[in-house]
Amino acid sequence: MPSLKDLRTRIASVKATQKITKAMQMVAAAKLRKAQMAAEAARPYAEKMEAVLSNLGAGVDVSSAPRLLSGTGADKVHLLVVCTAERGLCGAFNSSIARLAREHANRLLAEGKTVKILCVGKKGNDALRRTHGAYIIDLIEFRAVKQMSFTQADEVASRVLRMFEAGEFDVATLFFSKFRSVISQIPTAQKIVPAEIPARAASKGAQSVYDYEPDEAEILTTLLPRNVTVQVFKALLENAASEQGARMSAMDNATRNAGDMIKKQTQKYNRTRQAMITKELIEIISGAEAL
Amino acid sequence: MATFHFELVSPEKMLFSGAVDSVALPASEGDMTVLAGHAPSMTTLKPGVVTIAEGKGSPRRLFVRGGFVDINEAGLTILAEHAIPLEDLKPEMIAADIKNAMEDVADAKTVEARVAAQAKLDGLRQLQGAIVS
Repeated sequence: MPSLKDLRTRIASVKATQKITKAMQMVAAAKLRKAQMAAEAARPYAEKMEAVLSNLGAGVDVSSAPRLLSGTGADKVHLLVVCTAERGLCGAFNSSIARLAREHANRLLAEGKTVKILCVGKKGNDALRRTHGAYIIDLIEFRAVKQMSFTQADEVASRVLRMFEAGEFDVATLFFSKFRSVISQIPTAQKIVPAEIPARAASKGAQSVYDYEPDEAEILTTLLPRNVTVQVFKALLENAASEQGARMSAMDNATRNAGDMIKKQTQKYNRTRQAMITKELIEIISGAEAL
Repeated sequence: MATFHFELVSPEKMLFSGAVDSVALPASEGDMTVLAGHAPSMTTLKPGVVTIAEGKGSPRRLFVRGGFVDINEAGLTILAEHAIPLEDLKPEMIAADIKNAMEDVADAKTVEARVAAQAKLDGLRQLQGAIVS
């Protein structure tokens, strides 16, 4: 039976923890709003990019297209770009992305393919190091970065593109968490190299003929690397929003659990106190009766 | 004057969306001005100034650092790599770009790459002159 003093310190410590989780929840809520706004602001660009690409891609002969579109023709070496958070305490956010990447890697390995993993974000590296440490080629950290901007996406994308130019992989897949709502984030795998061109939505009658300046091929060669960057950027922003959403609901749970615990401990404390008072009274009364 | 729909988007946000009279933009093959009813075309941008004229009032000018232009029957869309209003542009930023471009020229391995980098550098220098003066 814990003493009253033990119970008191216990309650105080749970209360302190609750304050921290509550504060973290509120911070996450504020950051989530910002991250969501950033993700929404970036949407028009990505949509336009997609529209332009599908317009262009429809008219291009795949065999003569740049390698970023047609692929290397091989399917041997896979690069997994795993985007996770820099910090923990956000529920299953990091582990679910890592799990998806791990399953993907295992499947590829079982098929006899070579796997290379590029980690973006420290937590993914931590999670994958134990099982797939040998395949991790590098870790890109954005610990100091407060708000994801295009510069960060460019850093990751140019790294991926350099590796592609050097022929270090055939297929690149991006792992991140899609933000659906505060309580639902979906870990997603997206192929970025070779580029997947969205089929043009049922073309509206005869599409007018475009003038290309410079020619189509040249535009495509500048557009495709940009597309990789945009996809990475989109993934990073979705990830940032998902992370804050996951953290918010995790901290909400933690706050509630702490509340339950405080309630239970307080009740226990009160009962113990009452029991002690009763015991003392019995002692006094029986002492008086004995006289 | 007939107007058309114009959108200027950068990766971070949408900078302009609305009806305009004309837009002058620095296409990579030479500057061009787009009016309503332009033939559908697609081109790349070089660093330069986009001038948007909308009805009365002085035209809005923005600095863009490369990107794409898509002109179709729905209107004109600029996908800028980076865009800021000219008023907010600092001379240092162009100076930094020029420095980068000079490094590109020095690093270029093939002749074509060097020519392309040099062209970009020249464009930037011209632009610097235009803005400073």
